Amino acid sequence: MTRDQIRDEVLDILRDIAPDEDLSQLKDDQSFREQLELDSMDFLDIVMELRKRHRIQIPEDDYMNLRSMDSTVAYLEPLMKDIEKV
Amino acid sequence: MIRSLEDTERIVITGVGLTAPNGDTLPEYRAALLAGRSGVEPYHIRYVGDTLAGVCHYDELKYQSRKDLRRGTRAGSIAIYCAREAVADSGVPWERIDREKVGVYVGVTEHGNVETENEIYEITQFNYDTKVWSHHHNPRTVANNPAGEVTLNMGITGPHYTIGAACAAGNAGLIQGAQMLLLGECDFAIAGGVSESIRTFGIFAGFASQGALATHEDPAKASRPFDRSRNGIVVSEGGCLYTLERYSDARRRGAKIYGELVGYSMTSDATDFVLPNPAQQSRCMEQALRRAGLNAEDIDVISTHATATPSGDVQECQAIRKVFGSSTRTRINNTKSFIGHAMGAAGSLELAGNLPAFTDRVCHPTINVDELDPDCDLPGLVLNQPQEAGEVNYILNNSFGMLGINSAVIIKRV
Repeated sequence: MTRDQIRDEVLDILRDIAPDEDLSQLKDDQSFREQLELDSMDFLDIVMELRKRHRIQIPEDDYMNLRSMDSTVAYLEPLMKDIEKV
Repeated sequence: MIRSLEDTERIVITGVGLTAPNGDTLPEYRAALLAGRSGVEPYHIRYVGDTLAGVCHYDELKYQSRKDLRRGTRAGSIAIYCAREAVADSGVPWERIDREKVGVYVGVTEHGNVETENEIYEITQFNYDTKVWSHHHNPRTVANNPAGEVTLNMGITGPHYTIGAACAAGNAGLIQGAQMLLLGECDFAIAGGVSESIRTFGIFAGFASQGALATHEDPAKASRPFDRSRNGIVVSEGGCLYTLERYSDARRRGAKIYGELVGYSMTSDATDFVLPNPAQQSRCMEQALRRAGLNAEDIDVISTHATATPSGDVQECQAIRKVFGSSTRTRINNTKSFIGHAMGAAGSLELAGNLPAFTDRVCHPTINVDELDPDCDLPGLVLNQPQEAGEVNYILNNSFGMLGINSAVIIKRV
């Protein structure tokens, strides 16, 4: 997947996790928590969805990388570069 | 025995919030019961396939966000809907109520089967890798979940828990709420029962294996207690929560009062996991009457528990015959014939369906009785059509469940 495709994928996961939120104005360089009502269980949902959809295992020590869209995509890029977009 | 309780010791119903397969408010539900309208419909669930069920169609987004619904359980959602509707109906100034003194007591037949089945299904899609087992599973399946979701939604900081009481749970929740008011554990109780059971295939499969799952080509005719051709239970979801207050508090604020809980009883059969025991059922009704200071002939309407299983209906009729044999004026009906068996919600929903009889003076019937089983031929059965009942002062509501749990409540017109 390309960087843009990874971003789309994360956005799709966020749509499921935060179905009441308007994600169209999401600023990629700002933290998710500043912009969305997300708690720790929601972040675990992001981890879980990546695991279910793409078999990506994110160690707990790396959760901090899921802070914003930019940091998430940067973290996922090497892990998802060989995954085909379906 | 004449009851002469202080007003602080009298517990009254001041609000009703419900969702049933044939109505999402008490007026809608009552209208359906008087019109003979069933809420049973074709239903499909994984593994079991096509069957029948009573499905609720309340507006889930009335009191919850999409995210709330995603995170919580169906039982929690039903409980929230019922609790918020009941509080609104009670007319209590909710913003001024001390939430520390509100108690939430929700009867459930079971809880957690739905969520556990869902997770097991999920891991089957991942070669049983438990790493995809949801972190939401535990908060969804703790036994207090439906009551706890109500407190989260409504900012209630008083006590909350569920009462696991098989299919007597709706009555048990109501009784628990009353007892906690009497103990001073709360000043305002939200109490009754809920069920999400149709979301688990296991309950259908279990009843089918037991030979107790109803089938009929016409869904509306499938739930047929007391009829000779009855062939089992229609499983339903639903909920009914009441607001309960001490009479002194309700009168002080000029509340509308649906009725007073004047007698109740819970007993155990101690005889069988599944088969009911008519001797203990009748003892349960007798104890409720005694506590209310009433004789059998004082009861105007009996709301039966009968689920349309071949033996269970007969046994409840035996129990009623023993207690009410001498009463010629007591009318007897069954609400499951309309809505199926709402499990944890059954007791409170069936009572709610009858409460309007205090004011409209009509006893809704048992529908779908094309040929009355002679073993169920009680003198006061109201069959297929509503009956004018004249003045209705007392309603007795039966609810029984597996492991031999019996409950009866008596509500008096105030």
